Amino acid sequence: MLRYLAKRLLMMIPLLLGITLISFVVIHLAPGEPTDLQVELNPEASVELKERLRAQYDLDKPLLVQYGLWLKRLAVLDFGDSFSQDRRPVLEKIAERLPITILINVLSIGLILLVATPIGILSAVRQNSLFDRITTVFVFIGFATPSFWLALLLMDYLGVRLGLFPISGIQSLWHEYYGWGGQLWDRLHHLMLPVFVSAFGGLAGFSRYMRSNMLEVVRQDYILTARAKGLSERVVIYKHALRNALLPVITILGLSVPSLIGGSVIFETIFAIPGMGKLFFDSVMMRDYPVIMGVLVMGAVLTLVGNLIADISYALADPRIRNT
Amino acid sequence: MHLVFIALFLALLIGCQRDDGLPIDADEVTEPAYGDTIIQGSIGEPSTLIPALASDSASSDINGLVYSGLVRYDKNLEIEGELAESWEISDDGLTLTFHLRRGVTWHDGAPFTSADVMFTYELMVDPNTPTAYADRYLQVVAAEAPDPYTFRVHYAEPLASALISWGLAIHPRHLLEGQDVTRSPLARAPIGTGPFRFVQWVSGQRLILEANPDYFEGRPYVNRVIYRIIPDSATMFLELQAGNLDQMGLTPIQYARQTETATFQRRFNKFRYPASSYVYLGYNLRRPLFEDRRVRQALTYAINRQEIVDGVLLGLGQVAHGPYKPGTWPYNANVRQYPYDPQRALELLAEAGWRDTTGDGLLDKDGRTLSFTILTNQGNDQRIKAGEIIQRRLSEIGIDVRLRVIEWASFLKEFVTPGNFDAIIMGWTIPPDPDAFAVWHSSRTRPGELNFIGFENAEVDGLLERGRHTLDQDERKRYYHRFQEILAEEQPYTFLFVPDALPVVARRFRGIEPAPAGIGHNFIRWYVPEGEQRHQW
Repeated sequence: MLRYLAKRLLMMIPLLLGITLISFVVIHLAPGEPTDLQVELNPEASVELKERLRAQYDLDKPLLVQYGLWLKRLAVLDFGDSFSQDRRPVLEKIAERLPITILINVLSIGLILLVATPIGILSAVRQNSLFDRITTVFVFIGFATPSFWLALLLMDYLGVRLGLFPISGIQSLWHEYYGWGGQLWDRLHHLMLPVFVSAFGGLAGFSRYMRSNMLEVVRQDYILTARAKGLSERVVIYKHALRNALLPVITILGLSVPSLIGGSVIFETIFAIPGMGKLFFDSVMMRDYPVIMGVLVMGAVLTLVGNLIADISYALADPRIRNT
Repeated sequence: MHLVFIALFLALLIGCQRDDGLPIDADEVTEPAYGDTIIQGSIGEPSTLIPALASDSASSDINGLVYSGLVRYDKNLEIEGELAESWEISDDGLTLTFHLRRGVTWHDGAPFTSADVMFTYELMVDPNTPTAYADRYLQVVAAEAPDPYTFRVHYAEPLASALISWGLAIHPRHLLEGQDVTRSPLARAPIGTGPFRFVQWVSGQRLILEANPDYFEGRPYVNRVIYRIIPDSATMFLELQAGNLDQMGLTPIQYARQTETATFQRRFNKFRYPASSYVYLGYNLRRPLFEDRRVRQALTYAINRQEIVDGVLLGLGQVAHGPYKPGTWPYNANVRQYPYDPQRALELLAEAGWRDTTGDGLLDKDGRTLSFTILTNQGNDQRIKAGEIIQRRLSEIGIDVRLRVIEWASFLKEFVTPGNFDAIIMGWTIPPDPDAFAVWHSSRTRPGELNFIGFENAEVDGLLERGRHTLDQDERKRYYHRFQEILAEEQPYTFLFVPDALPVVARRFRGIEPAPAGIGHNFIRWYVPEGEQRHQW
């Protein structure tokens, strides 16, 4: 097992290098440079000035040299400084925005699981019942509702007209003047609408997925056996069937690990949440190469680690994999 | 039973309706009072609070409150002293001497002297400073600070914009000297001499300033300024309606359709005045199609610009006839105008040889149909809609126009900079100084320069050269008026419109005086009467 693990870890290095090289080349292939956006169309800036700026960012060097410089810094875990005018370290910018994105994603995945699992089970158990039909309609509405539209609707009705929820941001302006209980409530209060909206679309998909898994499992022979043994329907469904139906779900959760840091641009823009999605989008628009690379590397590492964990779990479960 | 609960729940919800605020009579005479906080909405986050490095509007808004320059524009866009008490211009126009205010201090208490001005000048011309504003300071041949309250600069030839170039924010020498300016902590926590002091910046969320009690023109009445960063304009508008913002800029549709309610008018004051910018359709004069002046004139006749103002801006703007702001001193109202006249357009095109000889409804000449592509950038709805209206009007007289919308960075790099386009819809800001050398002089047509349409006119070159090196305003006015006549005749651009700026401010703020410079010029004199103050902080 240790040998297997060491082999997998070693294989990750060239893979990661390949990913970063391709990303580096591709983002530099996109037309436009950070310096263009700073001086272009500025009547006070001359062409010579732009060249000077390019030299300061090393943009005048060949692409592979730039990649080499970037790699050299990465070797000591230095992601470099942002090319945007604030010139702040990339890691600092990411660290500032990562927690809120992870928090919202974790909460919304939690909410999805909490609500969608029972809905999925119930509609599978009572297939074609009124409940099943209603949830089917609900699910399709959920699929079809654009999240930005739902967000604006809720903000207008619950935020402006009724004043029940804060409209945007992640804390109120007077946050620091509250006690710790007040601060906690303030944060939660601000998170409710965003988490609901972000969970809404996923709710529909996940409950469908749960339903079809469950339907598949209850058709299996061992469920028939369990029923034949005279076990109560409760035990059959919740003990024997549910466990097996949940297994593929856990795989899906594993796959959603990289998306934890991705975030969503539209959603973060509307709710004015300073998250990773917005950071990534803005840095792509600004051609802020170090930040783009920083986010991509983190995503790549997370994906690779996610895969590794999945593989290890499979290997633990199935000895045949270890030997291949 | 259930119905009762639902009824109770509904009653509760309705009971939660927000208070619409007290009716306020804005004309009521009140005493200025210190206190309260103004919360402003900003679409973008500032990039850096070191003015030399910043080029985005969010950063300049904040820097404008934290820093001061030697001079500035007053409410009528005339130059007045700020850190400079007075100044002299030598008779030959080559030397500028500033006499600085005494007793001014930086926000950290250090005294402000001419050494700070000297340092700022050196910072701007230092090749290691990544600033986009070096050019005007590179024209200075010598600068000196003979005593702590005098600063003098010499130019090789008179420069009309020399005086206003010293409106640049003065940077603190004692905090920046000998350091890498791009890594200075001042980028996130500025120290200036302006009316507001920096308090806090929470990335992606908000930035807080407080009144500077030692400001040399007196402490501002408003205690605090909070900028909330809200990247979406619809969200910002909801926050305004919910009472969580006091000031923002409205879009035309918000101004015209969504703020006409009595409730809104009771709580907010809307303002409207021409913005300092214009939008144009520029023709690539290097393309054979646009070589003939009559074709360009015909295109302007064929575009109903009033329709664009009405349709795109909902009437909140005006048709543009040239590159200056209507009502300002350089603006020439008597240039040739082109009212919507498709018949006249067809005549001009026929003169230039474009007729529909094949009967397919499209104009043609020498076997080539009259067709071209208009490019514009993504993310600007007004330009895209204007393009659609233009496309329809031109197709009505037999011109085939395609419209392409391209992401900003690619738009610049692939199309504008190399001059790879037929026609583009873009905009320029209109600075108070009329020097348009960079955009219209024939020496500025290299790739990456601003005369990317390739406009070359010897008379215009001469006018622009004289205009920028003349200090006498009446004389300059003559040059720029003639310049506008030539532009109107040549139509290298079809000038489309000057939009209106549409700011809205909560009614409790008094002392706002709309002027040619907008509403922000006397911000330190805005106040909230004592009985109406909302925030303790």
